[in-house]
Formats: sequence, C-alpha cells, structure tokens
Amino acid sequence: MNQSAPLNDDLRSLYQEIILDHGKSPRNFRVVEHASCKAQGNNPMCGDRVTVTARVSPAGVLEDVAFEGKGCAISIASASMMSEALAGQPAAVAQQLFAAVHDLCTGKLDADQAKAAVPPVLGDSIDKLASLSGVRQFPVRVKCATLPWHALISCLDGKTQTTTEK
Amino acid sequence: MNKPLTTPSSYDVTKVRADFPILAREVHGKPLVYLDSAASAQKPQQVIDAITRVYSHEYANVHRGAYYLSETATAAYEAAREKVRGFINAAHVSEVVFTKGATEAINLVAATWGRKFLKEGDEIVLTTVEHHSNIVPWQLLREAVGCVLTVVPVAADGSIDIAEFAKAIGPKTKLVAVAHVSNVLGTVLPVRDIADLAHAAGAKILLDGCQGIVHAHVDVQDLGCDFYVFSGHKLYGPTGIGVLWARQELLEAMPPYQGGGDMIDTVTFAKTTWAPPPAKFEAGTPPIVQAIGLGAAIDYLNSLDRVAAAKHETALLRYAMSSLQQVPGIRLIGTAPGKAAVQSFVMDGAHPHDLATVLDRSGVCVRAGHHCAQPLMDVLGVTATTRASFGIYNTMAEVDALIAALRRAQEVLL
Repeated sequence: MNQSAPLNDDLRSLYQEIILDHGKSPRNFRVVEHASCKAQGNNPMCGDRVTVTARVSPAGVLEDVAFEGKGCAISIASASMMSEALAGQPAAVAQQLFAAVHDLCTGKLDADQAKAAVPPVLGDSIDKLASLSGVRQFPVRVKCATLPWHALISCLDGKTQTTTEK
Repeated sequence: MNKPLTTPSSYDVTKVRADFPILAREVHGKPLVYLDSAASAQKPQQVIDAITRVYSHEYANVHRGAYYLSETATAAYEAAREKVRGFINAAHVSEVVFTKGATEAINLVAATWGRKFLKEGDEIVLTTVEHHSNIVPWQLLREAVGCVLTVVPVAADGSIDIAEFAKAIGPKTKLVAVAHVSNVLGTVLPVRDIADLAHAAGAKILLDGCQGIVHAHVDVQDLGCDFYVFSGHKLYGPTGIGVLWARQELLEAMPPYQGGGDMIDTVTFAKTTWAPPPAKFEAGTPPIVQAIGLGAAIDYLNSLDRVAAAKHETALLRYAMSSLQQVPGIRLIGTAPGKAAVQSFVMDGAHPHDLATVLDRSGVCVRAGHHCAQPLMDVLGVTATTRASFGIYNTMAEVDALIAALRRAQEVLL
C-alpha cells in the first residue's frame, strides 16, 4: 500500500490554496472604525491571540467585522473568511454560522449539510468556509479554526475576553 | 559545513536506540523521528521493566506494613532516593525530597520557605527565560507576602550576561530563582557565578534543573546552589515524579507543605509534630513506583558514558544548527556559546503550528508554541517558535530527516 499518498491528501486538504491565500493575505486585518464591540480570543496552548472588532447598527446589522492578531494559517484564514462572510449580515446569524463552521471542522456536517443549516444568503460563504473542514483530520487544530469565532461571539455578547479552553 | 560532525567513537548511538522500544515504531507510515525530548524524553526498556517488575512482584505501600512486601517496596523506594543523592552528589540522602514533578518542587519552596522567610519588599530575582513554572509560583508568593520580582534580561543571542545579575542582585534580594538551562534557547546560565553573587548578598539560589540535569553531570555542591529541582520524565524516567534537593538546614527550617500521613511524628488533636526531612514534605502515599522508575533511569544513565553522550548531543546540535541555517527563510532563536542541545527557530511565512503539523506527517515530532515561556516570547518578538530538542538517542540522520521535512513543509505552506 502506498503510505504517503493519503498523508499528502490530508495535508493538501488542510492547506488548500484558499486557506493559504487568506492566511498570507488576510482580509479585514484591521480595527473597525467606531466599533461597537471588541473581544480578544486566546489559545493558551500556543499563545495565539486574535482581537475581533465589530460595528453593529441599531437595527442589529453587522456593518463591519475586522480582526487583528497573530496566529497560524488556519486561525488567520478562518478569521479572514469569517469577516467577509458576516459583513452586512444580521448579527443574529453569527451564532448560526459559527455552529455550522464548528460542525464542518469536527466532521459532524459535510458542506451540503452545513449549507442547509444556514440561511440561503450565506450559501456562498459556506462554500468558502468549507475549506476549513480539512482540520477534521487534525483534531488538535480544530481550536485554531474556531478561535476567531469564539472571539466574535464573545464580542457580540459584550464580553471582552475568551479562550479556546472554556 | 564548517564544523566536524563526528560523534565520539566510544558512544554507540545504535546500541542506545535499541534500548528505547518506542523508537522502532512508525508515525503516519514514517519512521518516528523524536525531537521533543526537552518536553518529555522517551523511556528505555530498563525503566519500563523496573516499573513492570514492581507492579508484578514487589508492590506494596511504603513506610507502613510490618510485612515482607512493604519492607521490600520501602527499601526500593529509599534506594531510589539514594540513587538520586549519588546522581547529584548531595551531601545527605535526607536532602532529597520526592515530589510529583519539578513544578510541585518549586511551588513547595515558594509555599513553605517563601511564606516563612519572605516579607513585603523583599526581592526575588528571576530571568526573562524562565519557564512559567519558575514564574507563577513566585507571583503567587508575591500576592501572599508582597515581595517584589526583578527580571534579569536576556541578550539577543540568548545569552545572559553575569553583569546583569550583579546589577539586579542587591541587599533586598532574598532569592535568585533561575533556570540552569533554558528550555527554549538551550542557554546554559553561569549558575556558579550567579550563586556566588546571590550568597554575597545574603540571598539563596534555586536552580530549575529540568533541562540542566539531562544534558550534563550535575553536582549540587559544586554548583553552590541552595535548592535544585528537576523532573523525572525529562530524565528518561516516568512521569509523576520530581525531585526537590535543598540543603539540610533549609529543609529543617521550612514548615511542612501538605499535611497528612507519612509526614508526622506524633498526632494529637491538640498538637502534631513533624517528621524530619524528607518525610516532612512527603505527605500521603508517595509516587512509589515512579520513584523506583526514576532510580532505574539513573542506573541506566550511569551505565552509559555520560561525557561521550554529552559530546554526542553537542555534535547533533552543531549539525542541526548548520543544517537549519542552510534552509532559506529559517532564523535560529538562541545561539549562545556553549548551549545545550535545544534549538528553537522560526521560518518566514510559516507559523510554528503549521510547521509542526506538516512535520508530524513526515514522522518528525517537534514542539511548536510558546514553550510555557510567554514572557520570553514577548521579548523575542514572536508568539511562538518551533523547537527541536535532542536526547541521547538521536542521530545525525534524524537531523537530515528534520531538514527534509522542513523543505517539504515549505512546499506545502509557502
């Protein structure tokens, strides 16, 4: 049996082009102007830190989402795609989208099932975010993918700190 | 390659490897290349056999039963203490306290000696390179007694200038608590000179020997320290066992750490008196089998030519340093002269965690992260590094495997 082929497949599926692109050139890597909330996410395992800022309109729309910090390709790519996916969306869908991403990363849902679990308007975003599902073969890296989401949810909940260890 | 890459001819690494059964296994279909001994070392068959033998034939609680098995177990447990004494050349076997690890040993000193003898305004001198386990116990002590922590800085290459200690140590200094060898940088601290400075100021010195004792012969009397702590699992022994060595008069002056069985002389509800050290600090049933396993690890190390083993590790380090520098985009972190066989590095465009994940699929185990030394990471201006650390069983071919895996990682990640 060729032992090396599946390994490379695992690694390729983890470090897809889109992940490396967002990891190296993250979108919305900045602080939101006139942010209405801000929270830092820490991964005490590795020391990675991501600070998420967002501006929620009085009508409850996420007008802008951005992040700063230091992290691995997975956490930075996840944060970058998260910021793109949620800009302009009702804040209420953030938790729904996070749940879908989480289940994608742990292997509970495949891309089609994740798509069905979120409002249709987020379908294109799920297509991109599904690229994170390669972490399911690397259980210790799931926390990398979810770190910015934990920070965002804390931010929207009015908390300022969160950790992957809760 | 500007340095000779030879290993001492008296050192047979193939023979040493044969003693470590785990080294024969594969990971992800590739031969295991274990380069994380600074986090925890693998175990020789001699240690595994000793543990199995105790549980299979010789096990009972210690210091209790008046029956044969308990006497045998007690003798083996106390024999392990004597092995540790000899290994570090302590003056008395009663100066060797078994703990569950180095972390507990430092916490023990902070909670007993620290709380009894330190008061508000007294200073403890640490360095930037300390492991969290030699920072946080002193912060807890600071909260309890109001002492002050002073931090000696590290130079860009990872060395620490003795002059910085001369500046930091003063009349208010009561304790200098420093690593013998940095777990991130491999720097060997000038501990004998630091001890002299500490003692001249009337202070005590504690050495965190977790990395120090694995790479070189340790003689606590020669080092001139007052406390020396290390863990068993980094010394090719089991987890759950560590050692606090302290001078007899210090152990006698320190109050107990925890109360319970084994640490008492007499107990009445009105008053309890303590057993003499080391029992005073070993409340409850101790890690009996782990201590015996540590004794077996010490026997094993004593069966090797340790000077040749140290030279072998130095040769591995030199080869790793020169090989890593030939990989584009790699920067070595920690290049102090005379350092131990621990090498941190960062690679342009690749986070240490991503690197470690890709390396793992090549069978190469390295540590990625802050190495429980976040203050040092802050000073170095990184959040994390990748660290390869070498033990008595590593080979030049494994360095080559690391380099090949790093080049593959660049293909995947860059």
